[in-house]
Amino acid sequence: MAKVIINVQKCKGCLLCLNFCPKGLIKKSKKLNLRSLNYVEFDPQGECLGCLQCAVVCPECCIEIRE
Amino acid sequence: MRTFKRPESLYDNSTHYCPGCGHGIAHRLVAQVIDELGIREKVIGVAPVGCAVVAYDYWNFDCSEAAHGRALAVATAIKRVHPENIVFTYQGDGDLAAIGTNETIHAANRGENLTVIFINNAVYGMTGGQMAPTTLLHQKTSTSLEGRNAALHGYPLKISEMLALLPGVCYIERVAFDSPQGILKAQQAVKLAFENQINNLGFSLVEILSPCPTYWGLNPKAALDWIQEVMKKEFPLGRLK
Ligand SMILES: Cc1ncc(C[n+]2csc(CCOP(=O)(O)OP(=O)(O)O)c2C)c(N)n1
Ligand code: SF4
Repeated sequence: MAKVIINVQKCKGCLLCLNFCPKGLIKKSKKLNLRSLNYVEFDPQGECLGCLQCAVVCPECCIEIRE
Repeated sequence: MRTFKRPESLYDNSTHYCPGCGHGIAHRLVAQVIDELGIREKVIGVAPVGCAVVAYDYWNFDCSEAAHGRALAVATAIKRVHPENIVFTYQGDGDLAAIGTNETIHAANRGENLTVIFINNAVYGMTGGQMAPTTLLHQKTSTSLEGRNAALHGYPLKISEMLALLPGVCYIERVAFDSPQGILKAQQAVKLAFENQINNLGFSLVEILSPCPTYWGLNPKAALDWIQEVMKKEFPLGRLK
C-alpha cells in the first residue's frame, strides 16, 4: 500500500487533491498551519491505491507518495 | 508501485501563487521534465513579467528575467550565444500574446531553436484580472465588467493557431490543466517541446489552459471544471503542428 505524506506547512488548502482522490482519503483539517491556512490531511487508516492523482494535481507539490 | 516526489529542479520552498493557481503545476512540470531529460546543468529559463515573474525563485537551474513581453527576444540572444544550452521561455498570455506579440511572431518565424511554455489563463493575473487578448467572449474581467463583447473588444486571440502557419515552427500543442489526466498529457507535451530543441528541430510551443481561480471568481475545483466545460470549447486541445 502506498504511503501519502503531505507537507502541511506548504499546503494552501486549495482542496484539489481532495476532489480527485478516487477513494476520498484526503480530508480538510480543522487545524491551521503556520500561515493560518486550513491544510488537508491524509486518512492514516486509508488504503491508498497509489494512483498519484492528488500529487499530480497539487499546485504546491507538497504531496509525496512513497511505497 | 508508482511513487511521487518533488523534482530536484524545483527548490524546496513555497510559491507566492494563490491557492489552486496553475502556475505552481506548470513550474513543477517543467522541473520534472528537466530532471527526466537530465539537462539541469544545461538549461536556461527566461521568466516573464506577470504572476510568474519570480519563477527563478522556484526553479533550481539558471534563469534570466526579461522585460514584459520580451522573453523570446532575450531567449533568442541567449541561445545564439550559447547554442549548446537548452533555452526556454515561460510566459503568460498577456506577456506572450499582448505586449510581446511582435517578439513571439518573429522568433517563431525565424524558427529559433527554442522551447516556449505558454500559460493561457485568459486574464492578466498579476495586475488585477484585466481582460487579455485570450479572454473568452462574455467572460467578465475587471476591465470587461459586462463580459467581453466582440463588437467592442474583438475576439479571443488564437495565437497558437496563427503561429502554426509559420514555416519556422516545428511543434505546437494545446493542453489543459483540467484534471490530473490533462496535467499528465501536458507533461508529455512539455517533454516533447524540450526534446525538439535537443534534436535541433526548431521552435516548439506548448499552450497550457491554466486556472486563475482568483480572477475567474471560482474555487480551484470549479476553475478546473470551467476549463473543461467552457475554455476548451474556445481553445480546442490537440496538436496544431
Ligand atoms: C512594459 C510594461 N507594461 C505593463 C506592465 C504591467 N503588467 C505587469 S504583468 C502584466 C500582465 C500579465 O499578464 P499575463 O502575462 O497573462 O500573466 P499572469 O499574471 O496572468 O500569469 C502587465 C500588463 C509591465 N510590468 N511592464
Ligand atoms: S492572480 Fe491568478 S495567475 Fe496570479 S497567482 Fe493568483 S491565481 Fe495565479
